Amino acid sequence: MKILVCISKSPDTTSKIAFTDGDSKFDENGVQYIVNPYDEWYALVRALEIKEANGGSVTIVTVGTATDDTVIRKALAIGADEAVRIDSEPTDAYFVAMQIAEYAKSNAFDMVLTGKETINYNGSQVGGMIAAGMDLPFISLASKLEVNGSTAKLETETIGGLEVVEVDLPAVISCAKGMAEQRIPNMRGIMAARTKPLNVVAPVPFESLTSFESYALPDIKSACKMIDPNNMDELVELLHQEAKVI
Amino acid sequence: MSIVVYINSNNGLAKSALEAVTYGNKLDGDVIAVTCGSADESVLSSLGDYGASKVLVDRSVNSNDSMQIANVLKTAVEATGAKTIIFSHDLIAKAVAPRLSVMLKAGLVSGAIDVPNGDTVQVNVFSGKAFGNVKISTDLKIISLLPNSFQPESGGSACPVEEFNGNAGEAKIRVIDSKKPEGDVPLPEAELVVSAGRGLKGPENWDMIEDLAVTLGAATACSRPVADIGWRPHHEHVGQTGVAIRPNLYIAAGISGAIQHLAGVNGSKVIVVVNTDEEAPFFKAADYGVVGDAFEVIPRLNEAIKKFKAAN
Repeated sequence: MKILVCISKSPDTTSKIAFTDGDSKFDENGVQYIVNPYDEWYALVRALEIKEANGGSVTIVTVGTATDDTVIRKALAIGADEAVRIDSEPTDAYFVAMQIAEYAKSNAFDMVLTGKETINYNGSQVGGMIAAGMDLPFISLASKLEVNGSTAKLETETIGGLEVVEVDLPAVISCAKGMAEQRIPNMRGIMAARTKPLNVVAPVPFESLTSFESYALPDIKSACKMIDPNNMDELVELLHQEAKVI
Repeated sequence: MSIVVYINSNNGLAKSALEAVTYGNKLDGDVIAVTCGSADESVLSSLGDYGASKVLVDRSVNSNDSMQIANVLKTAVEATGAKTIIFSHDLIAKAVAPRLSVMLKAGLVSGAIDVPNGDTVQVNVFSGKAFGNVKISTDLKIISLLPNSFQPESGGSACPVEEFNGNAGEAKIRVIDSKKPEGDVPLPEAELVVSAGRGLKGPENWDMIEDLAVTLGAATACSRPVADIGWRPHHEHVGQTGVAIRPNLYIAAGISGAIQHLAGVNGSKVIVVVNTDEEAPFFKAADYGVVGDAFEVIPRLNEAIKKFKAAN
């Protein structure tokens, strides 16, 4: 089983979100980058579990510049065999997905896994676009994945419910909660990651379809109004008269 | 100019579907709703009330196979000459819209919260902590609308429903089993949500949360630790790794408000926090706060709302 896991970097969950250059760019000052949690906790760890049970290999791929190599090494430390960095700024989801699809097409993977979305752009776009670029089926938001020969059995979320589906491999799958448990890299993994192959590949020419022009922060919430715990009538009155939600 | 709005009608028409049609109607063009499956004609024709001029339904597709739905939409876009395609940003849209974007080479904006300003659409980014303005550089545009950003506006009349052959192709995904949504209101759709966390000390204490939810007509939710230890079902877990919701009112009892929880609820219009610890970080994100024991405050709030409902 040859598995490709797509990873993206994202700012640490606790990073302060601020913008610079006339609110046109994310302010990276003091920001610590991590492997996007959904890519790491769910897609990568499940891929490793499948490899451990069935044999094969796990390759991680990202579209980024040399500054992303530290984040790639973090993912290698968790246990991936090798990494591929497609050497370009990730300009939009379409550009990123087309790069990964082109790479994956020529390398015969049985499965391509992504996280359900990144925590910075929340687009949920790249997985479905890779599937389209490779003309493969796409299962989004899978919470369980079992492989049986050349078939994958998956549990996916539906709105409030669940569906169990089967698909012939190869396929592209986006992974959500339930897939796997987070793994903390141990010292041996971190040491081994330093010498694992990280291949840098040139990008293929593709135009972006979208671009972020500017950003804004929400208005600062006015201070929380404190209500006497013995006076819930007052809270109900405020929710009705002031907040107008009941 | 036509606008195609994709509607998931598998379990009747969700509020988010009506929002998407209403949104399409705010743009300049003729709104054509496209759906798959076996929903009744009378149900589909009611989309006219929200501004659809007609509904195209492909009865040959009976699953959520994103390849088939994308094929049907591509055929509909080509048949109608539509330049804009609207989705509600739900689980099906997350699979179909990206595929359609590649098939049509149409720029996709997901998580839109406002109508476009020229070629630019405002979206939620950084898990609700900021907004971004995304420019679409292609002529064909796909917008996936964040639920509860617009309220459905009715006032039109029933519209014609036409059978449509969307050249869906074969299903590649085989459905083996499905569990229908539990409860009356699916959590992402709910306008009012009552949620609780570890502060409730055990699953046996959820009665008061459910009682309050019944009184309000709200859905129930919970924090991650509570779902992880099995006190509550996983589909109730809201937060960064669970469901992200943006109801009109979110009442949180016994939840401290860690940043990962806030990422799932900070789109709520009004937040009420009940916690014994006045230092709980959730109070910083709340509109109304009650420092007190949920075991006393929640039943009291329930009585106060009952009294209010009886009087109004």
